[in-house]
Amino acid sequence: MRHQGGWIQRLLGSGSVHGGTLLGLVMAAGLLSLPALAFGADAVPPAATEYRDIPYVGSRNMIWIVAQLHLLLAGFVLGVPIFAWLCEVVAWKTGEKRYDKLAKEFTKLLTSAYATTALFGGILLFLLISFYPKLMNYLTDIFFPSFIVYCLLFLVETATLYLYWYGWDAMQDGGKKTFHIFLGFMLNFFAFFIMIVPNSWATFQASPVVLAEGSDLARAWAATWNPTWWPVNIHRIIANVVLGGYICGAYAGIRYLSARNTEERDHYDWMGYVGNFIGVFGLLSLPFAGYWLMREIYQYNQQMGITLMGGFLSWLFILQAMLIGVLFLGSNYYFWLGITYRIPGSEMKYRKPMLAMLIALLLCLGVWMTPHSLVASMEEARKMGGSHHPLLGVFGVMSAKMTVANLMILVTFMSFIMYWRAGKQETAGWAKVAKAIMGGILALSAIAVIVLGVWGYFVPALIRINYFSTTQVLVVLGVMLTITPLTALLLRSAKTTTEMVWGKMPARAGYALVLNAVMVILLMTLMGYARSSSRVHWHVYGVLRDTSPYAYSPALGSAAAIMALNTFFFCMIVAFIFWVATMSDKAKAPSASTKSELPHGMPALAGASSALDEPKVPKF
Amino acid sequence: MGPLIKLIVLNVVVYAILKFVVPNVPGSAPLPASLVFLYMMLTTSGFVIFATVSAESKEAFWGPIQRFLTGENIGGLQALRYGVLILFPLLVGWQTYNSTAVSDAPPSENRTIHPAPPGEYTGLSNPISKTPDAIQQGKGFYAAFCSPCHGGNFDGKGPAARGFNPPPANFSDPTTIAMLQESYLFWRIKKGGVGLPIEGMPWKSAMPRWEVELPDEWIWKIIMGEYDGAHQSPRTWE
Repeated sequence: MRHQGGWIQRLLGSGSVHGGTLLGLVMAAGLLSLPALAFGADAVPPAATEYRDIPYVGSRNMIWIVAQLHLLLAGFVLGVPIFAWLCEVVAWKTGEKRYDKLAKEFTKLLTSAYATTALFGGILLFLLISFYPKLMNYLTDIFFPSFIVYCLLFLVETATLYLYWYGWDAMQDGGKKTFHIFLGFMLNFFAFFIMIVPNSWATFQASPVVLAEGSDLARAWAATWNPTWWPVNIHRIIANVVLGGYICGAYAGIRYLSARNTEERDHYDWMGYVGNFIGVFGLLSLPFAGYWLMREIYQYNQQMGITLMGGFLSWLFILQAMLIGVLFLGSNYYFWLGITYRIPGSEMKYRKPMLAMLIALLLCLGVWMTPHSLVASMEEARKMGGSHHPLLGVFGVMSAKMTVANLMILVTFMSFIMYWRAGKQETAGWAKVAKAIMGGILALSAIAVIVLGVWGYFVPALIRINYFSTTQVLVVLGVMLTITPLTALLLRSAKTTTEMVWGKMPARAGYALVLNAVMVILLMTLMGYARSSSRVHWHVYGVLRDTSPYAYSPALGSAAAIMALNTFFFCMIVAFIFWVATMSDKAKAPSASTKSELPHGMPALAGASSALDEPKVPKF
Repeated sequence: MGPLIKLIVLNVVVYAILKFVVPNVPGSAPLPASLVFLYMMLTTSGFVIFATVSAESKEAFWGPIQRFLTGENIGGLQALRYGVLILFPLLVGWQTYNSTAVSDAPPSENRTIHPAPPGEYTGLSNPISKTPDAIQQGKGFYAAFCSPCHGGNFDGKGPAARGFNPPPANFSDPTTIAMLQESYLFWRIKKGGVGLPIEGMPWKSAMPRWEVELPDEWIWKIIMGEYDGAHQSPRTWE
């Protein structure tokens, strides 16, 4: 192994201890030995440098921080165009200008974030080449064709984004608008490939497919299409939408808290709702994608699967449960605050269902957070007869976790349906039957999920993973696909009993949006570490060993500290980007607090009509 | 009853259930403090969430606390307020000291039950055909070598089990060998406790290193006998 960097530290250290004497001797010896290098160069070629290091921070930590920040920024930059474009399409189809305004606001955040993402990508590349030349040589040798493709994709993505953003106002009418919509589609199309190409490099490191022979293209293609590539692609695209949604929600929450007039309050209250809705929408499907990814990893390599799910990284999944739990609670809390504050008078009507849903969520979270091997003192472990609790130990395995995750998704979905129906009175003759059917579907599906979960303990793992868990997911998806259109149909003829009022949410709703964003960032830093560290002491699992001094897994506490630091840095970067992006708005904003055009009611998905009450002083 | 009193009562009730009811359920055991703390935190969080969903419920819950802490119109409770403001930081300080001070009690364990197997053991499949004879032979070997600790009923309650902490694994529990592939058991039986990797520490296993006593063929048969006797199936992907 060739390692540079240690000598720098030693030289620096020696300078401080022995003063200039030693340094002078070293320099003199170096000068005297210069002629010898000329002879030596012919005899023994210098070995290639494999690693470099930097003092104090360490090369691995540096790469970890920059890579994580780049990935988080990239997640935001790739997630936001998806729903910005969808909002623009809604505005285009329905003629509701506020959706166009919202899409433009999302895109404005995107443009400033895009440059920062590219900047961090560039820094990451330079650092990787400098610190890990051996690894980068190896990866370049395999992925050279896709490096070229990636550069081309970046060029067309950048050009499309410039056209999409700078042409927004100029392409508002007729055929130009259609072209702008097309640009938005292409922006997402290129963004998807920009995401999956580097995913192939990262997933190759975890589950490599190496061809000993063949053309460059054949080797690159085989390495790209590795066993975890598509599971990661699907998981990341959903996670990007979740991240983007919650960050836009947090942005709206902060703008709402600092709003200076009713127009701003109304607009950012609505934007916060949309951000939370997008985040929840993605969150409901994210556990399924995560489960598939873990299944593929386990199937690819038992050692890696056990390291993650049963070995020293398994505690990360308990932390993950806690963070996802807070995310579910935060999202539901925001829905419930919406019912209470935006639909006056509905609090008492929905208080009992809210309590029931909260209890269900907490019970599920309790099960999800219960580890299989418990942290216990020697005395406690002796009383339990080991690290597993004889009764509650059953909560520690995947059958229980999958069951409660599905139930939490069901509860959150019903929370949204409740929000949607609040303030409405169904008038259709078949409303009672429809509601009974929906209630029946919900009850039966919840029972089915629980029965499959319990049954899962008594069948071979293969049956549980391939059939029972899949059926649980299909049952929950079935509920969503049945109840959503049924509710939409029911509400089409419904009478509005209470108008929805925007801009009345309490301050804690804004903080809940910020909390959700922080949770999702923490979650991504946590699981990013889990995915990366499951390779343990390999750069490329089973192929290229890490021979640097950092070929060890840090203690969970140290790793958690870096994750927290990454989250903090990212929040600071995002805050800076948003500040820059909105600087001109603040300068242009009128000082008068008069109410101008308000968002006219909710989109179809949110229920109530557009008529607004006179603004009242919000009660926080 | 005010919301604050309700919160205290709820926490007392939950604590009593976790501390006195759950451990006395047949087949149960006392819960470790870490788990009790986790469930109490969830209870308190849930209460606070529900109490702050509306302006009225939030005022009923948080208003009195806020007024007490800020000293707004609390009359004769001022002395109590000062007491709380002085005692609360002291309590936090005491708790911090207590949890960081050097103690003669052994630290809580964060034991990894299933450390990852070495690469050379992953992907191995049982080379012995699953025939009634092979299973019966495996059960015979199990009875001779494994049952003293893991029990004749595969439940971890063999005659020697009482001497071990942690106790031998209970194979009839669906959360043990049913979660693992046969190759994992092969590694564990072959290498025993001494062969466990440092990444899984503190693993604390008294399992003998059976590779010095038994040929591989016997170990594979024992694995078959274990699964059959415990009415479990190994994890497979086909």
